[in-house]
Amino acid sequence: MFHTIGEIMLLFLQTLRALPRAWRERQKVFEQLYEIGNSSLLMACILSIFIGGVIALQTGPVLVERGLSSAIGGLVGLSICKELAPVMMAVLIAGRVGSAMTAELGSMRVYQEIDALRTMNINPVHYLVLPRMVAISVALPTLVVFSVLVGWMGGGLVSVYNDSISITFEAYFNNLSQEVSIADLANGLIKSFVFAVVIGLVSCQQGFETIGGPRGIGRSVTKAVVNAIVMILILDYFVTRFLLFLD
Amino acid sequence: MSGPPNNRASVGLRVTDLHKSYDGNPVLKGINLEVAPGEVFVLMGPSGSGKSVLLRQLIGLETPDSGAVNIDGRSVSDPTLRAECRLAMVFQSGALLTSLTVGANVGLYLAEHRLHPPERIAEIVSDKLELVGLKGQEDRQVSELSGGMRKRVAIARALVMEPHLILYDEPTSELDPLSALTIAEEIVHLNRRIGATSIVVTHERELGLGIADRVGVLFGGELLQTGKPEEIRHSRVPAIQKFLNVNFRLKSSSPSTP
Repeated sequence: MFHTIGEIMLLFLQTLRALPRAWRERQKVFEQLYEIGNSSLLMACILSIFIGGVIALQTGPVLVERGLSSAIGGLVGLSICKELAPVMMAVLIAGRVGSAMTAELGSMRVYQEIDALRTMNINPVHYLVLPRMVAISVALPTLVVFSVLVGWMGGGLVSVYNDSISITFEAYFNNLSQEVSIADLANGLIKSFVFAVVIGLVSCQQGFETIGGPRGIGRSVTKAVVNAIVMILILDYFVTRFLLFLD
Repeated sequence: MSGPPNNRASVGLRVTDLHKSYDGNPVLKGINLEVAPGEVFVLMGPSGSGKSVLLRQLIGLETPDSGAVNIDGRSVSDPTLRAECRLAMVFQSGALLTSLTVGANVGLYLAEHRLHPPERIAEIVSDKLELVGLKGQEDRQVSELSGGMRKRVAIARALVMEPHLILYDEPTSELDPLSALTIAEEIVHLNRRIGATSIVVTHERELGLGIADRVGVLFGGELLQTGKPEEIRHSRVPAIQKFLNVNFRLKSSSPSTP
């Protein structure tokens, strides 16, 4: 475990050092951005609308019963933008994009493509890791903004059309806009950026560490997804503590 | 070409007391070897004798447990070496980047190091593909190529670098005899044309003895003998004699059944 953490830290430092080359690698960054968006936008939309809906469904009737129906918008809005959208999108991206990254790099490692890059004096971190890291660090926060908006919409729809809640769109969004500030949205974006870096690093590191044939690639993919999700949930607590401390 | 200067055609290589083991199993046991600039040196031996492992140490893809690999008088791990010497390797599988087209694979070194504008790179790629008999194949996907074509693309990719030292790992394995002959001729022609030092790893006797200036025979991680092809052909080392004299006429030599 300590070996893996050390390797991840080393990869992080190498990627940081390579950052000034990001503009040069922009073509690859755009390709990766397209890949990420293409593979996850629809899923993010479906996931977000139901997350918003289920929060409204779980909390709405209780709040209505206690005469707090006007608080539904704020509750759904805050929980989605501060917690659920960043975490759920990160888990989604770890599963869909992180696993694909590990599989691709793992396959390149197993079939000596990474060795071929080295013999051509092409740094694999510059060529492979940097574009993926930049793309995922841009894509995940963007996806979280999208998810927050769709999630709010989902919560609103359930709040309006569910018989045990039945509040108006106006009441829902009025309360939401009173309770949710730009700082809350920024909170979620900071989290999602941290999660993106973690997913990118874990996935690329596992890809580079792959040994063996197809079975080795499968093992690496599983390990990358599990490790990334565990790290997302652990870091979620510490980043939340840190952001509360800053408040 | 800009980038590493190419004011000499080739470089020499010296290996001193090289040891490498995996999980405690020794694979290379004290290899000593010298390859002269411009030479075609063939490393032969049966499967599992450590040939490919040795090749990976020679080009710096792996670090030996002990011993040294010096190219042009400097350690292969010296980061300044690659700034002055171009080292290329043709992998056994070709190791082409499957996400790129044939043309992008061949031009990758030039494009990534920004040695020429894209139009010039396209011309160079076209020239090199023509050299290996694949003219006009730039836009094909790697997945569409046969094993022999992949090997030739890999050779073109190495050629683009105008290397001082080029390593071939089993360049004719998995090829039919005619394709193997084409590749073997290509290795010799390239050596004559660009003068690069060439190290070829193979377990195919006829290929090895046919193209080499000198041959080294590796057995169980030890270099048993080096010498000119004729010297190896008439070697008195029993293991080498056995390796060179294997023939497959088992059916015709077995007693006929009634």
